[in-house]
This record gives sequence, C-alpha cells and structure tokens, in this order.
Amino acid sequence: MKTEKKIPKFLSLLRSKLRTSPKKIYSYMRTHRFQILTGLIACNIFVILGGMVYKMLSQSWLSIETYGMGFLWGRVWEPTPPTPGVPPSFGALPLIWGTLVTSGIALLLGVPISLGIGLALSEFSPKRFNYLVSFFVELLAAIPSVIYGLWGIFVLIPFLQRYVYPSLQTVLGFIPIFQGEIHGPSILTAGIVLAIMIIPTVAAISRDVISAVPNAQREAIIALGATRWETSRVSISYARSGVIGAIILGLGRAVGETMAVTMVIGNSFNLFTSLFNPGYTLSSIIANEFREASTPPVYISALIEVGLILFVLALVINALARLIIWRTMKTVKGAEAV
Amino acid sequence: MNKYAFRKVKDRMMISLCYLALIVALIPLISILMETMIRGAPVINLGFLFQRIPPLGQPGGGIGPAIQGTLIVVGLASLIGVPVGIVSGIYLSEFRESKLALAARFLNDVLSNMPSIVIGIFCWTLIVVVIGWSVIAGAVALAIMMIPIVARTTEESMKLVPASIREAAIALGIPQWKTTMTVVLSGAKRGIATGILLSVARITGETAPLLLTILGSRFWFSGFTEPTAALPLTTFNFSQSAFSAIDWPKAWGASLILILMILGINVVVRYYTREKYG
Repeated sequence: MKTEKKIPKFLSLLRSKLRTSPKKIYSYMRTHRFQILTGLIACNIFVILGGMVYKMLSQSWLSIETYGMGFLWGRVWEPTPPTPGVPPSFGALPLIWGTLVTSGIALLLGVPISLGIGLALSEFSPKRFNYLVSFFVELLAAIPSVIYGLWGIFVLIPFLQRYVYPSLQTVLGFIPIFQGEIHGPSILTAGIVLAIMIIPTVAAISRDVISAVPNAQREAIIALGATRWETSRVSISYARSGVIGAIILGLGRAVGETMAVTMVIGNSFNLFTSLFNPGYTLSSIIANEFREASTPPVYISALIEVGLILFVLALVINALARLIIWRTMKTVKGAEAV
Repeated sequence: MNKYAFRKVKDRMMISLCYLALIVALIPLISILMETMIRGAPVINLGFLFQRIPPLGQPGGGIGPAIQGTLIVVGLASLIGVPVGIVSGIYLSEFRESKLALAARFLNDVLSNMPSIVIGIFCWTLIVVVIGWSVIAGAVALAIMMIPIVARTTEESMKLVPASIREAAIALGIPQWKTTMTVVLSGAKRGIATGILLSVARITGETAPLLLTILGSRFWFSGFTEPTAALPLTTFNFSQSAFSAIDWPKAWGASLILILMILGINVVVRYYTREKYG
C-alpha cells in the first residue's frame, strides 16, 4: 500500500527537521492525519504499560528501599509484630514458593488433559462434534473465577476431603509432600482448581497449532503405514514449539489467577512442605490483605511490591509465550505455502 | 501378540485416552453449571433481584445494588474501552506493517494476559490514591482489561475483509481513511460486535480488580466517586460469611445471575457467528 512506503519518509522528515519547512511537515500531517490520529490512540498501550511500571515502582519504593533484594527471600510477614517497638518486616519467599508450587501442580495435571483434548479435536474427532465441544471448552473459559472459587469451596473441597485426599495419603503417604494433617483449603486444592482453569487456554491453542500442521506431513507418515496415534505424534512434534507456547501461556494464567485461588488456598503465610498445608500465593495475599492494609505505610508498599513481582513474572512469561507462538505460526504457514 | 496387533491396540488406547481427557475436562463444567442451578435457583425471586443487600447474617433482602453496580461499572468501562479499542484495532489492521503496529500488537497480547489483580493495583495507585475508592477507578480498571481484547478482535475481523473490496473502493477514488471507515469497517462490524460482547462478558465476571477499586458496598449507587457494589464482589462477600445457612445460598443466587449474564452473552455470540465455524 502507498502509505506504508511513506513511513520511513516520515521518520526522515523528523530527522531533517531543520531542513524542512514547517509548511511541509504540516502538509505531511494533513495527508496522513488518519494514520497519525489512529496511531496516537494505538499508543495507549505504551502509556498503560509505562504507567504501570512507573506507578507501581514509585508506590512500592518505600518497601524496596527498606528491604532491598532481601524482600525476595525473606520468610517473615509481620505488618504488626507482637512485641511493641519492633519494626514490621516483610518477605515474599513463601508467596513465590506458593505461586510456583500451585502453578506447577496446575501444569502437571492440566497439560496432559489439554493436550489430549487438543489432539482429539484436531486429529481424531468429526468436524460437527468438534464445533460443539469447542463451544463447551470455551464456556469453561468464560466462567468467572469467583464462581470457580465458590464451586471449589462448597463442592470440590468436601468431595476431595472425603474421598480423594485420605486415600491419596494412604497410598502415597511415604512421600513427604503427602504427609501431615489434611486441610481442605490447601495448596493441592488450589493446584487442582488452577488446572481446571488453564485447560481451556492450553487446549484451545494446542488445537489451533496442531490443526495448522500441513496435511502433507500427515499424508507422508500415513503412506508409511502409521496408525492414527502415530500420525498424531508426528503432528504434535511438528507443532511442538506452538504447544510449548500454549503451555507457557497456561502457566501465565495460573500464576496470575487470583480470586479462585484466594478462596481455596487457605490463606496462611508459611513455607509449607506438604501439599495438604494451606498457603498463600503472590496474587492471593494482595486480594486478601490489600483492603485492610492501612498502617503502617510500608505494609501497603510491600503489597504493591508483591504486585510488581507478579507483574514482572507475568510480563516475562507472556512475552515468551507470544514470541514462541508467533514464530511457530509463521513457520507453519510458511511451510504450507511451499 | 505380534507387533502390528500391539500397535493397533496402542492406537485404540491412546485415542480413547484423548477422548477421556475431553470427558474429564467437561465434568467440572457440568458440575459448576448444575450446582449453581440447583443451589442458586431456590433463592431467586423478584425481591432477590431488586431489594437492597442486607448485612451479613441477616435473612431476607436481595442483590439489587450489586446488579445495578455491575451494570454501571461495566457500562462505563465499555464507554472508555470500546472506542479506544476499536481505533487501536483499526490502526493495527490498516497500517499493519509499521514498526509501531508491530510493537503495539505485541504489547497488546502481553497486556491481555496480564493478571487482573495487577491492573487493579495500577488503578489503585492511579485513581484510588487520589479520589478514594470509586466507580471511576473500577471502570478504568475494567476498560484497561477490555482495550486489548477489543483491539485484537477488531484487527482480526478487519483483516478478513477481502482486499478486492478495498481495491474497488480505492479505484472509485475514495481516500484511504474513508475506505477504512465505511467500507472495511462495515464489512467487519459483525466480528467487531462479537469481540465487544465477549470482552464485556469477560469483564463482567472480574472480581480481583474491583476489589481494589470499587471496594464493594451494600448500598445503591451514589455517585461516580463513591464505592459501589458489584455482583462478583457480593458473591465473594457472601461466600466468606460465617452465617452458612443465611448467606451461602445468597452467594449461589448471586453467582447464578452472574453466570446467566455471562453465558447468555456467550451463547448469543456463538449463535450468531455459528456459520463461520460450522
């Protein structure tokens, strides 16, 4: 298109501002005002993300200054210490630990199921059926997280506590992570709820990337006498980086999920060793304590720093996932063209 | 068993496992929908929909202010988010090769997966610190969640408009901006409407950012700079109550209303866009 070629010219116009008359710049702006106007509004994204970094940094500066890098591996969270005169202390290690373990459980349980769904929908099942099931999987993604939490408290926890956890402990009790007293609201429960919540994301994207595998790949391996399962294994290995992207995106969702986790994790600040212990995650401590955190001032600052950690974590995870998915989609499409 | 038979058995087994995964994933969905129906339906009547929210532990009352609050906050968020999102989407699709579009598209994707609680904190530092817990802060938070979704779907559906239609308009001597704003946009309006509806459905259920912005209250809407109630927050508050017999059924009732609103939007969208996929 014509305008696309003129973009470098716009830059060079700016660069050689001194050599160009204001009149020329004005006429440029007039002929390109549509692009300039919409472009300015499209810049909202930079303002939002930049504002986030700036605002969260400045609001958590008090805590960053007071605790330094030690905040990341501190194990104490005492806004109002029991002994008077002792300054409050904050450390995020148990929160980071809680976030990592719950997300890990979610991936461990959710990814195999999601991949199964992705394969079933892209390789095995008839089209008509696909449409219906995709719809249901998307409904699963549409349910608000507070309802997952409600369901977790009143339906899932009683079920797990009565039927699943005791037998799990009898069978696997020799492993330390399954020892100790069984709590309904616990790390494991949060992990299970998160697994359910990431399934739609991971399943839908892996379905898409596997569907995008060119048919020539499948035909070639079928011609060699492969069964359907063997064919699908070839497809999945062809689309593997896309699948990895989907998994990382699921991880991003698990790390940031707030309400459902807050409602089923038990909200207790400790460096747990058993999955049956209650715990805390980065997001759930914010949801649970932010509204009550008025004094001391460093308390709210520490909570915002926790939010900042979450922001950086989510930024890295999502950027990584997107880059991988984009690259895959490009190479897969490129292969199709050939 | 010879090798071929073994491969055949393995094939059957793995395919069954994939279908089993599907069934396993649908169990929670069915369970959530059924439990919400069974436990929520008995408490719902006209009074429940329109009366004020009682304090925790007090029988009677309803969730009127919560429904009102959700409608106001989501409406205000859409007023901010939809225009900004659509215009950004237009830029992303019409000038898609420009460096700015590449960067904006990437950051859009990153922002659309940002944890909602982080957006809540951002709006707290931006607005609540200045004017206090308020409807405006909540609406801005939800708008920030909405913009990337609307921008993305606008872009995608404008890309689907065939190049021949654009070329026909340009051949008639219509300037590019007019081509975009009339021909392309009207060709893409269905997709854009879908995106808007889906993003509304998504933000309606958001709880975490509202927790840090509109705070939640029991009272009717009293101004844009005041805290207000919202359905997800009310559901959450009822579920945390110690008065199990009185408040928990109300939590289910509120969540049934919420789920009906959100799934209603999703089903409608699906119904109208079905031939695209079917």
